[in-house]
Amino acid sequence: MILVVPSAVIALMYFMFHDVPTGPGAQSPFNTACLILLGLFPLFVMFLITSITMQRERASGTLERILTTPLRRMDLLAAYGTAFSIAAAAQAVLACLVSFWVLGFDTKGSPVWVFVIAVINAVLGVGLGLLASAFARTEFQAVQFMPVFIVPQLLLAGIIVPRTLMPEWLRWISNVMPASYALEALQQVSAHPELTDTAIRDIIVVLGFALVALALAAATLRRRTP
Amino acid sequence: MMSSSSDELLPCGVDAAVYAEHLRVIRGKRVALHDFSVRIARGTVTGLLGPSGCGKTTLIRSIVGTQLVASGTVTVLGHPAGSPPLRRRVGYVTQDPTIYNDLRVIDNVRYFAALYGIHPSAADEAVDGVGLRDHAGAYCANLSGGQRTRVSLACALVCQPDLLVLDEPTVGLDPVLRADLWEQFHALARRGTTLLVSSHVMDEADHCADLLLMREGRLLAHTTPDRLREDTGCTSLEEAFLSIIRHSTAVPAG
Repeated sequence: MILVVPSAVIALMYFMFHDVPTGPGAQSPFNTACLILLGLFPLFVMFLITSITMQRERASGTLERILTTPLRRMDLLAAYGTAFSIAAAAQAVLACLVSFWVLGFDTKGSPVWVFVIAVINAVLGVGLGLLASAFARTEFQAVQFMPVFIVPQLLLAGIIVPRTLMPEWLRWISNVMPASYALEALQQVSAHPELTDTAIRDIIVVLGFALVALALAAATLRRRTP
Repeated sequence: MMSSSSDELLPCGVDAAVYAEHLRVIRGKRVALHDFSVRIARGTVTGLLGPSGCGKTTLIRSIVGTQLVASGTVTVLGHPAGSPPLRRRVGYVTQDPTIYNDLRVIDNVRYFAALYGIHPSAADEAVDGVGLRDHAGAYCANLSGGQRTRVSLACALVCQPDLLVLDEPTVGLDPVLRADLWEQFHALARRGTTLLVSSHVMDEADHCADLLLMREGRLLAHTTPDRLREDTGCTSLEEAFLSIIRHSTAVPAG
């Protein structure tokens, strides 16, 4: 499911936008939407999966048991990060193949960079998911972190209203959210054939956020608990 | 506090497997363990008995190193509880079987073998050892309660620990399975493993060489089944335990 669903959703969107007329000189609505989905799907899917899986480990007691073995906390996080990132990469490969070859999605920049940004977003999702799992006592709560952690980020990143048109205070908030930079990087790749400096800066920022999230998640993995 | 303490009877020079000194643990607003001190000898089966909520799990978690401790020390096999050198030497079986339901029996045990840095072939031995060879390929979600307990036990046995700590391993099991498990515990003890088994069923005390009786976070008595019977004059260990409780609550009132 994790492999096929994003590609299926993108295909669905293609058919949705099929007969919608495009303004002159503007990108087709499918192109805009596909770019957003390709880049940001990994972020929320990985967030959801990681936060729920980690929360299950905490609640079922397997996490406490694992921490009594010689495994180091960093190894545990690295293992989770790697395993889920590989799954995300496979998902992104399929989604990119389907979008670029089958559905005619087009970017001025190289598709490889779209793929790279998608994978980095996945790593960010894993880091945020691991961090969020520390605050959920049940799976029910973990699921509700999606609307809290992810949806505002996506809205403020400029999916619906461009950031430049938002009120000042909202723009300030969106400046500290990783999704804003992720989306900007994607838009840069879509609009320019060469990798621009802005895109490079954005990619580094998102990676930085991902590492900080992972480091904070490490702090929430305590061997000794009350 | 009545009953002789086994501490005095530990021959000098015999290393204690577990040495807790003035251990004090606070959970939430309650004091779970009050100034708890005990010495558990090596190579024995020690029973940790007491009513539900008396602090058995808290003590076990302090020994294994996952409990936040307010004050006091716990030394296990010569090292502070929970320190890295101990993690391959102490096996921990939790009260509810902490295994992965989505994995098969053999995969669960192999996973824990990998965490302990042990070759996966040891997992097959451990699964055989708990009598689940026929079910090795079954998914844990489909197993009965007793079988899941045994999988959890296999996951702890795979590293062949020096100290095996079991939190109420026989709760909810039928008498046949219980007898089977105790047979396995005795076999492990004969091979030199120290076992600490907690229970709230007093009759299981007969299987143990040493008994720690707890109530409300305090150590009521550190004795053996025979001595407990002598001291209280009761034949049933349950009556003996109740008699001790009545003694300890009557003294302050008198």
